[in-house]
Amino acid sequence: MKEMLLLLLSTIFVNNFVFARFLGTCPYMGVSKKISDSIGMGLAVIFVLLMASVFSWFLQYAVLNPLHIEYLQTIVFILVIAALVQFVEMVLLKTSPALYKALGIYLPLISTNCIILAVAILNIRENYNLIKTVVFTVGAGLGFTLALILMSSIRERLELADIPKALEGEPVAFIIAGLIAIAFFGFSGMM
Amino acid sequence: MSSKKLLSEFTKGIIKENPVLILMVGLCSVLAVSTEAKNAIGMGSAMTFVLLGSNILVSFLRNSIPGKVRIPVFLIIIGSFTTIVDLVMNAYAPAVHKNLGIFIPLIVVNCIIIARAEAFAAKKPVLDSIIDALGMGFGYTLVLFIIAAIREISGNGTFFGVKLFTGFNPVLIMMLPPGAFITIGLMMALLRKIRK
Repeated sequence: MKEMLLLLLSTIFVNNFVFARFLGTCPYMGVSKKISDSIGMGLAVIFVLLMASVFSWFLQYAVLNPLHIEYLQTIVFILVIAALVQFVEMVLLKTSPALYKALGIYLPLISTNCIILAVAILNIRENYNLIKTVVFTVGAGLGFTLALILMSSIRERLELADIPKALEGEPVAFIIAGLIAIAFFGFSGMM
Repeated sequence: MSSKKLLSEFTKGIIKENPVLILMVGLCSVLAVSTEAKNAIGMGSAMTFVLLGSNILVSFLRNSIPGKVRIPVFLIIIGSFTTIVDLVMNAYAPAVHKNLGIFIPLIVVNCIIIARAEAFAAKKPVLDSIIDALGMGFGYTLVLFIIAAIREISGNGTFFGVKLFTGFNPVLIMMLPPGAFITIGLMMALLRKIRK
Protein backbone atom coordinates (compact mmCIF):
# COMPACT_ATOMS: atom_id res chain seq x y z
CA MET A 1 0.00 0.00 0.00
CA LYS A 2 2.76 2.40 0.99
CA GLU A 3 4.65 1.50 -2.15
CA MET A 4 1.62 2.31 -4.30
CA LEU A 5 1.10 5.67 -2.60
CA LEU A 6 4.75 6.50 -3.13
CA LEU A 7 4.53 5.55 -6.80
CA LEU A 8 1.42 7.70 -7.21
CA LEU A 9 2.91 10.76 -5.52
CA SER A 10 6.24 10.49 -7.28
CA THR A 11 4.52 10.21 -10.67
CA ILE A 12 2.41 13.28 -9.98
CA PHE A 13 5.04 15.53 -8.45
CA VAL A 14 8.65 14.35 -8.70
CA ASN A 15 8.52 12.82 -12.17
CA ASN A 16 5.73 15.04 -13.42
CA PHE A 17 5.03 14.07 -17.01
CA VAL A 18 5.18 17.59 -18.35
CA PHE A 19 7.89 19.20 -16.23
CA ALA A 20 10.32 16.34 -15.71
CA ARG A 21 9.67 13.95 -18.59
CA PHE A 22 8.57 16.41 -21.31
CA LEU A 23 5.64 14.30 -22.44
CA GLY A 24 2.48 15.92 -23.76
CA THR A 25 4.13 19.29 -24.33
CA CYS A 26 2.16 20.03 -27.51
CA PRO A 27 -1.35 19.86 -25.98
CA TYR A 28 0.14 21.43 -22.85
CA MET A 29 0.98 24.56 -24.85
CA GLY A 30 -2.08 24.35 -27.10
CA VAL A 31 -4.94 23.89 -24.61
CA SER A 32 -3.65 25.81 -21.61
CA LYS A 33 -5.23 29.15 -22.43
CA LYS A 34 -8.41 28.77 -20.35
CA ILE A 35 -8.95 26.97 -17.04
CA SER A 36 -12.20 25.32 -18.17
CA ASP A 37 -10.49 23.92 -21.28
CA SER A 38 -7.62 22.55 -19.30
CA ILE A 39 -9.91 20.75 -16.84
CA GLY A 40 -11.84 19.18 -19.74
CA MET A 41 -8.66 18.13 -21.49
CA GLY A 42 -7.19 16.74 -18.27
CA LEU A 43 -10.26 14.61 -17.56
CA ALA A 44 -10.36 13.34 -21.13
CA VAL A 45 -6.68 12.39 -20.93
CA ILE A 46 -7.12 10.51 -17.62
CA PHE A 47 -10.11 8.65 -19.05
CA VAL A 48 -8.41 7.56 -22.27
CA LEU A 49 -5.08 6.90 -20.52
CA LEU A 50 -6.64 4.42 -18.12
CA MET A 51 -8.39 2.49 -20.86
CA ALA A 52 -5.40 2.56 -23.20
CA SER A 53 -2.80 1.43 -20.69
CA VAL A 54 -4.87 -1.40 -19.20
CA PHE A 55 -5.80 -2.56 -22.69
CA SER A 56 -2.23 -2.39 -23.99
CA TRP A 57 -0.96 -4.15 -20.86
CA PHE A 58 -3.20 -7.13 -21.60
CA LEU A 59 -2.25 -6.98 -25.26
CA GLN A 60 1.45 -7.14 -24.43
CA TYR A 61 1.21 -10.06 -22.01
CA ALA A 62 -1.58 -12.00 -23.72
CA VAL A 63 -0.71 -11.51 -27.38
CA LEU A 64 2.68 -9.98 -28.14
CA ASN A 65 4.78 -11.92 -25.63
CA PRO A 66 3.31 -15.42 -26.22
CA LEU A 67 3.67 -14.96 -29.99
CA HIS A 68 7.21 -13.49 -29.64
CA ILE A 69 6.39 -10.44 -31.72
CA GLU A 70 7.47 -7.83 -29.16
CA TYR A 71 9.09 -5.75 -31.90
CA LEU A 72 5.61 -4.93 -33.23
CA GLN A 73 4.85 -3.10 -29.97
CA THR A 74 5.01 0.42 -31.40
CA ILE A 75 2.75 -0.29 -34.36
CA VAL A 76 0.23 -2.35 -32.39
CA PHE A 77 -0.04 0.12 -29.52
CA ILE A 78 -0.50 3.19 -31.70
CA LEU A 79 -3.20 1.52 -33.77
CA VAL A 80 -4.99 0.28 -30.65
CA ILE A 81 -4.87 3.75 -29.11
CA ALA A 82 -6.15 5.43 -32.27
CA ALA A 83 -8.97 2.89 -32.54
CA LEU A 84 -9.76 3.20 -28.83
CA VAL A 85 -10.06 6.98 -29.03
CA GLN A 86 -12.46 6.66 -31.97
CA PHE A 87 -14.44 4.03 -30.09
CA VAL A 88 -14.65 6.11 -26.90
CA GLU A 89 -15.84 9.04 -28.96
CA MET A 90 -18.63 6.99 -30.57
CA VAL A 91 -19.73 5.39 -27.31
CA LEU A 92 -19.84 8.74 -25.53
CA LEU A 93 -21.85 10.26 -28.34
CA LYS A 94 -24.48 7.49 -28.15
CA THR A 95 -24.67 6.95 -24.39
CA SER A 96 -23.84 10.19 -22.66
CA PRO A 97 -24.31 13.36 -24.69
CA ALA A 98 -23.51 15.50 -21.64
CA LEU A 99 -20.12 13.88 -21.14
CA TYR A 100 -19.53 13.98 -24.88
CA LYS A 101 -20.20 17.68 -24.89
CA ALA A 102 -17.67 18.18 -22.09
CA LEU A 103 -14.90 15.91 -23.40
CA GLY A 104 -15.78 15.35 -27.06
CA ILE A 105 -13.77 18.12 -28.64
CA TYR A 106 -10.62 17.05 -26.80
CA LEU A 107 -10.78 13.42 -27.87
CA PRO A 108 -9.44 13.81 -31.44
CA LEU A 109 -6.54 15.81 -30.01
CA ILE A 110 -5.69 12.98 -27.65
CA SER A 111 -4.78 10.34 -30.23
CA THR A 112 -1.71 12.38 -31.12
CA ASN A 113 -0.89 13.07 -27.48
CA CYS A 114 2.37 11.31 -26.79
CA ILE A 115 1.48 10.78 -23.10
CA ILE A 116 -0.92 7.97 -24.00
CA LEU A 117 1.60 5.94 -25.98
CA ALA A 118 4.41 6.81 -23.59
CA VAL A 119 2.54 5.54 -20.52
CA ALA A 120 1.56 2.36 -22.36
CA ILE A 121 5.21 1.70 -23.30
CA LEU A 122 6.63 2.75 -19.92
CA ASN A 123 4.30 0.32 -18.11
CA ILE A 124 5.85 -2.51 -20.10
CA ARG A 125 9.45 -1.24 -19.88
CA GLU A 126 9.23 -0.87 -16.09
CA ASN A 127 7.71 -4.36 -15.77
CA TYR A 128 4.74 -3.04 -13.79
CA ASN A 129 2.03 -5.50 -12.78
CA LEU A 130 -1.58 -4.61 -13.43
CA ILE A 131 -2.15 -2.75 -10.15
CA LYS A 132 1.04 -0.73 -10.53
CA THR A 133 0.06 0.01 -14.13
CA VAL A 134 -3.24 1.51 -12.96
CA VAL A 135 -1.56 3.54 -10.20
CA PHE A 136 1.16 4.82 -12.53
CA THR A 137 -1.42 5.71 -15.18
CA VAL A 138 -3.63 7.63 -12.77
CA GLY A 139 -0.56 9.46 -11.47
CA ALA A 140 0.50 10.38 -14.99
CA GLY A 141 -2.96 11.71 -15.82
CA LEU A 142 -3.27 13.68 -12.59
CA GLY A 143 0.20 15.14 -13.02
CA PHE A 144 -0.64 16.25 -16.56
CA THR A 145 -3.93 17.78 -15.40
CA LEU A 146 -2.20 19.58 -12.54
CA ALA A 147 0.36 21.03 -14.93
CA LEU A 148 -2.38 22.16 -17.33
CA ILE A 149 -4.43 23.84 -14.60
CA LEU A 150 -1.39 25.60 -13.12
CA MET A 151 -0.37 26.87 -16.52
CA SER A 152 -3.81 28.03 -17.61
CA SER A 153 -4.37 29.92 -14.34
CA ILE A 154 -1.17 31.85 -14.98
CA ARG A 155 -1.90 32.38 -18.67
CA GLU A 156 -5.35 33.82 -17.97
CA ARG A 157 -3.70 36.56 -15.95
CA LEU A 158 -0.93 36.95 -18.47
CA GLU A 159 -3.47 38.13 -21.04
CA LEU A 160 -3.67 41.39 -19.11
CA ALA A 161 0.02 41.77 -18.42
CA ASP A 162 2.27 44.11 -20.31
CA ILE A 163 5.01 41.93 -21.81
CA PRO A 164 7.45 42.60 -24.69
CA LYS A 165 5.89 42.01 -28.12
CA ALA A 166 8.31 39.27 -29.16
CA LEU A 167 7.61 37.27 -26.02
CA GLU A 168 3.81 37.37 -26.25
CA GLY A 169 1.96 34.05 -26.41
CA GLU A 170 4.04 30.90 -26.57
CA PRO A 171 7.58 32.16 -25.82
CA VAL A 172 6.58 33.56 -22.43
CA ALA A 173 4.52 30.41 -21.76
CA PHE A 174 7.66 28.34 -22.22
CA ILE A 175 9.67 30.51 -19.88
CA ILE A 176 6.91 30.22 -17.27
CA ALA A 177 6.88 26.45 -17.76
CA GLY A 178 10.62 26.56 -17.01
CA LEU A 179 10.00 28.48 -13.80
CA ILE A 180 7.25 26.06 -12.71
CA ALA A 181 9.64 23.20 -13.47
CA ILE A 182 12.19 24.77 -11.13
CA ALA A 183 9.51 24.94 -8.44
CA PHE A 184 8.68 21.28 -9.02
CA PHE A 185 12.29 20.39 -8.25
CA GLY A 186 11.42 21.15 -4.65
CA PHE A 187 9.36 17.97 -4.59
CA SER A 188 12.30 15.74 -5.41
CA GLY A 189 13.68 16.40 -1.94
CA MET A 190 10.48 14.98 -0.47
CA MET A 191 10.97 11.43 -1.72
CA MET B 1 9.40 21.35 -61.94
CA SER B 2 12.02 24.06 -61.82
CA SER B 3 14.93 23.75 -59.46
CA LYS B 4 14.08 27.12 -57.93
CA LYS B 5 10.69 25.83 -56.75
CA LEU B 6 12.34 22.74 -55.30
CA LEU B 7 14.83 24.88 -53.44
CA SER B 8 12.03 26.91 -51.90
CA GLU B 9 10.28 23.68 -50.82
CA PHE B 10 13.50 22.77 -49.04
CA THR B 11 14.26 26.10 -47.40
CA LYS B 12 10.72 26.70 -46.11
CA GLY B 13 11.28 24.04 -43.46
CA ILE B 14 14.29 25.88 -42.11
CA ILE B 15 12.88 29.30 -41.25
CA LYS B 16 9.48 30.20 -42.72
CA GLU B 17 7.70 27.00 -41.67
CA ASN B 18 10.18 25.68 -39.16
CA PRO B 19 8.38 22.73 -37.57
CA VAL B 20 9.58 23.45 -34.04
CA LEU B 21 9.82 27.20 -33.65
CA ILE B 22 7.02 28.36 -35.98
CA LEU B 23 4.57 25.47 -36.39
CA MET B 24 5.29 24.36 -32.80
CA VAL B 25 4.96 20.65 -33.39
CA GLY B 26 7.23 17.89 -32.12
CA LEU B 27 8.15 19.84 -29.02
CA CYS B 28 8.38 16.92 -26.59
CA SER B 29 11.37 15.28 -28.19
CA VAL B 30 13.14 18.62 -28.74
CA LEU B 31 12.86 19.50 -25.07
CA ALA B 32 13.75 16.06 -23.82
CA VAL B 33 16.78 15.01 -25.85
CA SER B 34 18.49 18.39 -26.19
CA THR B 35 20.90 17.82 -23.31
CA GLU B 36 23.86 16.90 -25.52
CA ALA B 37 24.81 17.79 -29.08
CA LYS B 38 25.43 14.10 -29.80
CA ASN B 39 21.87 13.16 -28.83
CA ALA B 40 20.54 15.96 -31.00
CA ILE B 41 22.28 14.58 -34.08
CA GLY B 42 21.03 11.05 -33.29
CA MET B 43 17.44 12.16 -32.77
CA GLY B 44 17.54 14.49 -35.78
CA SER B 45 18.71 11.77 -38.12
CA ALA B 46 16.20 9.25 -36.76
CA MET B 47 13.43 11.78 -37.28
CA THR B 48 14.59 12.74 -40.78
CA PHE B 49 14.75 9.09 -41.79
CA VAL B 50 11.20 8.35 -40.64
CA LEU B 51 9.94 11.58 -42.19
CA LEU B 52 11.62 10.77 -45.52
CA GLY B 53 10.43 7.16 -45.57
CA SER B 54 6.84 7.95 -44.69
CA ASN B 55 6.63 10.92 -47.07
CA ILE B 56 7.92 8.81 -49.99
CA LEU B 57 5.59 5.89 -49.29
CA VAL B 58 2.52 8.03 -48.61
CA SER B 59 3.17 10.01 -51.78
CA PHE B 60 3.56 6.79 -53.83
CA LEU B 61 0.33 5.37 -52.46
CA ARG B 62 -1.62 8.63 -52.40
CA ASN B 63 -4.01 7.60 -55.15
CA SER B 64 -4.68 4.13 -53.80
CA ILE B 65 -5.31 4.92 -50.11
CA PRO B 66 -9.06 5.35 -49.52
CA GLY B 67 -9.78 8.68 -47.85
CA LYS B 68 -11.69 7.25 -44.91
CA VAL B 69 -8.95 4.99 -43.61
CA ARG B 70 -6.02 7.22 -44.48
CA ILE B 71 -5.06 8.05 -40.88
CA PRO B 72 -4.69 4.39 -39.77
CA VAL B 73 -2.74 3.68 -42.97
CA PHE B 74 -0.42 6.62 -42.27
CA LEU B 75 0.04 5.34 -38.72
CA ILE B 76 1.05 1.88 -39.95
CA ILE B 77 3.52 3.35 -42.45
CA ILE B 78 5.05 5.70 -39.86
CA GLY B 79 5.05 2.96 -37.22
CA SER B 80 6.95 0.61 -39.52
CA PHE B 81 9.67 3.16 -40.23
CA THR B 82 9.88 4.01 -36.53
CA THR B 83 10.35 0.34 -35.70
CA ILE B 84 13.12 0.11 -38.31
CA VAL B 85 14.93 3.09 -36.77
CA ASP B 86 14.44 1.66 -33.28
CA LEU B 87 15.94 -1.72 -34.17
CA VAL B 88 18.80 -0.32 -36.30
CA MET B 89 19.83 2.22 -33.65
CA ASN B 90 19.67 -0.40 -30.94
CA ALA B 91 22.06 -2.55 -32.97
CA TYR B 92 24.57 0.01 -34.25
CA ALA B 93 24.42 2.96 -31.82
CA PRO B 94 23.35 1.44 -28.48
CA ALA B 95 24.70 4.38 -26.42
CA VAL B 96 22.66 7.00 -28.29
CA HIS B 97 19.67 4.64 -28.36
CA LYS B 98 19.82 4.36 -24.59
CA ASN B 99 20.05 8.15 -24.14
CA LEU B 100 17.07 8.78 -26.40
CA GLY B 101 15.10 6.06 -24.63
CA ILE B 102 11.37 6.24 -25.03
CA PHE B 103 11.54 9.12 -27.49
CA ILE B 104 12.49 6.77 -30.33
CA PRO B 105 9.20 4.82 -30.31
CA LEU B 106 7.44 8.12 -29.66
CA ILE B 107 8.52 9.35 -33.11
CA VAL B 108 5.37 7.59 -34.30
CA VAL B 109 3.13 10.10 -32.50
CA ASN B 110 5.28 13.07 -33.40
CA CYS B 111 2.90 15.53 -34.97
CA ILE B 112 5.51 16.70 -37.53
CA ILE B 113 5.41 13.41 -39.40
CA ILE B 114 1.68 12.84 -39.52
CA ALA B 115 1.15 16.51 -40.35
CA ARG B 116 3.54 16.30 -43.32
CA ALA B 117 1.94 13.05 -44.51
CA GLU B 118 -1.56 14.51 -44.29
CA ALA B 119 -0.90 18.04 -45.46
CA PHE B 120 1.82 17.49 -48.04
CA ALA B 121 2.74 13.97 -49.13
CA ALA B 122 -0.88 12.86 -49.62
CA LYS B 123 -1.35 15.59 -52.24
CA LYS B 124 1.98 16.09 -53.95
CA PRO B 125 4.22 13.97 -56.24
CA VAL B 126 7.10 11.92 -54.87
CA LEU B 127 9.95 14.32 -55.68
CA ASP B 128 8.29 17.25 -53.91
CA SER B 129 7.59 15.05 -50.91
CA ILE B 130 11.22 13.99 -50.69
CA ILE B 131 12.39 17.62 -50.75
CA ASP B 132 9.73 18.58 -48.20
CA ALA B 133 10.80 15.77 -45.86
CA LEU B 134 14.46 16.73 -46.17
CA GLY B 135 13.71 20.40 -45.49
CA MET B 136 11.49 19.69 -42.49
CA GLY B 137 13.95 17.13 -41.14
CA PHE B 138 16.81 19.57 -41.53
CA GLY B 139 14.84 22.38 -39.86
CA TYR B 140 14.00 20.12 -36.95
CA THR B 141 17.56 18.86 -36.57
CA LEU B 142 18.99 22.37 -36.80
CA VAL B 143 16.80 23.74 -33.99
CA LEU B 144 17.42 20.65 -31.89
CA PHE B 145 21.16 20.98 -32.45
CA ILE B 146 21.29 24.68 -31.57
CA ILE B 147 19.28 24.15 -28.35
CA ALA B 148 21.42 21.15 -27.44
CA ALA B 149 24.62 23.09 -28.10
CA ILE B 150 23.48 26.01 -25.93
CA ARG B 151 22.45 23.66 -23.13
CA GLU B 152 25.51 21.45 -23.28
CA ILE B 153 28.00 24.34 -23.41
CA SER B 154 26.36 26.43 -20.69
CA GLY B 155 25.18 23.58 -18.50
CA ASN B 156 28.12 21.24 -18.68
CA GLY B 157 30.97 23.26 -20.23
CA THR B 158 31.41 20.64 -22.96
CA PHE B 159 30.61 20.30 -26.66
CA PHE B 160 30.19 16.80 -28.13
CA GLY B 161 31.63 15.64 -24.81
CA VAL B 162 34.85 17.68 -25.24
CA LYS B 163 35.67 20.01 -22.37
CA LEU B 164 35.81 23.61 -23.60
CA PHE B 165 36.91 25.82 -20.73
CA THR B 166 39.03 25.58 -17.65
CA GLY B 167 37.85 27.19 -14.45
CA PHE B 168 34.28 27.44 -15.78
CA ASN B 169 31.44 26.94 -13.38
CA PRO B 170 28.62 25.31 -15.37
CA VAL B 171 25.05 26.52 -14.95
CA LEU B 172 23.60 23.20 -13.90
CA ILE B 173 19.99 24.33 -14.34
CA MET B 174 20.52 24.46 -18.13
CA MET B 175 21.01 20.70 -18.23
CA LEU B 176 17.87 20.11 -16.18
CA PRO B 177 14.31 20.33 -17.57
CA PRO B 178 13.80 24.05 -16.71
CA GLY B 179 16.77 24.97 -18.91
CA ALA B 180 15.08 23.31 -21.89
CA PHE B 181 11.85 25.28 -21.48
CA ILE B 182 13.62 28.58 -20.99
CA THR B 183 16.03 28.10 -23.91
CA ILE B 184 13.28 27.23 -26.39
CA GLY B 185 11.13 30.14 -25.16
CA LEU B 186 13.97 32.61 -25.69
CA MET B 187 14.74 31.13 -29.13
CA MET B 188 11.13 31.54 -30.24
CA ALA B 189 11.14 35.14 -29.04
CA LEU B 190 14.40 35.81 -30.88
CA LEU B 191 13.09 34.35 -34.14
CA ARG B 192 9.96 36.50 -33.89
CA LYS B 193 12.06 39.59 -33.31
CA ILE B 194 14.19 38.81 -36.36
CA ARG B 195 11.21 38.08 -38.62
CA LYS B 196 9.51 41.38 -37.82
